[in-house]
Amino acid sequence: MAAAKIRWGELDEDDDGGDLDFLLPPPVVVGPDANGLKKTIHYRFDDDGNKVKVTTTTRVVKLARTRISKAAVERRSWAKFGDAATGDDASARLTVVSTEEIFLERPRAPGSKADEPSASSDELATANKGTALMVCRSCGKKGDHWTAKCPYKDLVDTLDRPPTSDGPAALNDPAKSSYVPPRLRKDAVYQDGGHDMRRRNDENSVRVTNLSEDTREPDLLELFRAFGPVSRVYVALDQRTGSSRGFGFVNFVQREDAEKAISKLNGYGYDNLILHVEWATPRPSN
Amino acid sequence: MRPILMKGHERPLTFLKYNRDGDLLFSCAKDHTPTVWYADNGDRLGTYRGHNGAVWSCDVSRHSARLITGSADQTAKLWDVKTGKELFTFRFDAPARSVDLAIGDHLAVITTDSFMGNMPTAQVKRIADDLQDQTEESALVISGITGRINRAVWGPGNRTIITAGEDATIRIWDSETGKLLKESDKEVGHQKAISSLSKSLDWSHFLTGSLDKSAKLWDARTLTLIKTYVTERPVNAVDISPTLDHVVIGGGQDAMNVTMTDRRAGKFEAKFFHKILEEEIGGVKGHFGPINALAFNPDGRSFSSGGEDGYVRLHHFDPEYFNIKM
Repeated sequence: MAAAKIRWGELDEDDDGGDLDFLLPPPVVVGPDANGLKKTIHYRFDDDGNKVKVTTTTRVVKLARTRISKAAVERRSWAKFGDAATGDDASARLTVVSTEEIFLERPRAPGSKADEPSASSDELATANKGTALMVCRSCGKKGDHWTAKCPYKDLVDTLDRPPTSDGPAALNDPAKSSYVPPRLRKDAVYQDGGHDMRRRNDENSVRVTNLSEDTREPDLLELFRAFGPVSRVYVALDQRTGSSRGFGFVNFVQREDAEKAISKLNGYGYDNLILHVEWATPRPSN
Repeated sequence: MRPILMKGHERPLTFLKYNRDGDLLFSCAKDHTPTVWYADNGDRLGTYRGHNGAVWSCDVSRHSARLITGSADQTAKLWDVKTGKELFTFRFDAPARSVDLAIGDHLAVITTDSFMGNMPTAQVKRIADDLQDQTEESALVISGITGRINRAVWGPGNRTIITAGEDATIRIWDSETGKLLKESDKEVGHQKAISSLSKSLDWSHFLTGSLDKSAKLWDARTLTLIKTYVTERPVNAVDISPTLDHVVIGGGQDAMNVTMTDRRAGKFEAKFFHKILEEEIGGVKGHFGPINALAFNPDGRSFSSGGEDGYVRLHHFDPEYFNIKM
């Protein structure tokens, strides 16, 4: 904070330095305020003749005051005795202040008990609230019931079967009497249920990489649910250490939401890293 | 808070005691030398050399002039607190376990273990002002208890003596006649050996800790159970806060099992409970072994714990401690 230079003409040649101090503003002391902070401002010239403002902030701390009985004060001056009287280094090293800060650990942090259930119910709430999530795969009705509880299940079954069960029916020829996997059997409720389930997992699935180690599933949910209802969040964890492996998946109910999330969050700075968000590629083996 | 660690003992701690002004802390351990420390900064003031066995407990007179210690070398000794000089030795035919000075410091109750066929006893000794008059004679001998007496203390007004020990029963005796006055209810009382007993500041009630993983608060006159604090570790040490409605309970799994399990399974914290609500306030970690001794400073601003690990940890509470709301 150098102020304007003093012109050389103004300088007195005879006594350089010392006497110039009268040109400086007087020192100012501000405080101490409620937090014990005291500001001292004074000015000086540096080597080049620049005026320098020096602000020193100090904290004034009141030392704890205790009452000690006279006897205790007298005991302070007692000579050491026994093993302590040797006065060597070993004796002094017996007492050390812990390098570790120890806290009185509350059985539950204030408010934490209330937080935990709310977080989980939150997740649940989004699942229930997003009635769009509840899509019956038998009748295609939205938000009314789950597939397993479809009242039109039998109806749909018979309607659906003739076209889809053509192949399996041939396989299921009693004459051949070979083993037929349950899902290919004629009376199977879900003709290609297994396949369907797997596909559902990959649907609108977004892969997020370059996650920081501290990121957990709730964090990811928090980040992604802004774009629309999320059906699944998964963060890959190292099985041995339990720490994050730095990537995860988020499934959206709506494909458009997933697209939006990818366009917005790819390259987004999260924690200290830049996220890489893309469509998840389906597993090659299945 | 940053506790002060005092490593003056080479063996597990057995007992801690503050003097009345709270400026000195006396520690007893299974090594043979009780030690006195300054309670504010943990500086070692001195040691009391002379015992030849584990020292189980100690007590200090009101004006911090004399210290009495009970040891497994079958003696109890009187010491000059200031110089560490041994003043007198009470000899017994069994290890001395617990010592406690009465109000006025002219009487002491000392318990002896069962040993070589002897029954455990609690003996009252007179403490003379002038050492010339000091005798070894017992003013009263209480016997008839089976199992070790882990703690014997004076009741309100020196009228009674309260004993507690391995048989899980608390008994109140008349200190004049030695007659048994009251016995704790077996139903509501402790189920396993009582390891520790600590009086409240006004001696109106006291707290016992037991291996049955609980601590119980009792009325010192009527011996009615007031409160029970349930924890998940065997309790070795208890104390009552002199200023707040808090009690501290310490212990941990048996020392012989410590190396077989994870450190966290040991539960070597000192647990704070609300005295009235019986609710846990918090825990203070730090020891590497079970806690054997606990003591509040008489000013209530600090407490110390002694562990099987040989350390005394002196904790000065943070300001937040005094504003804890339940």
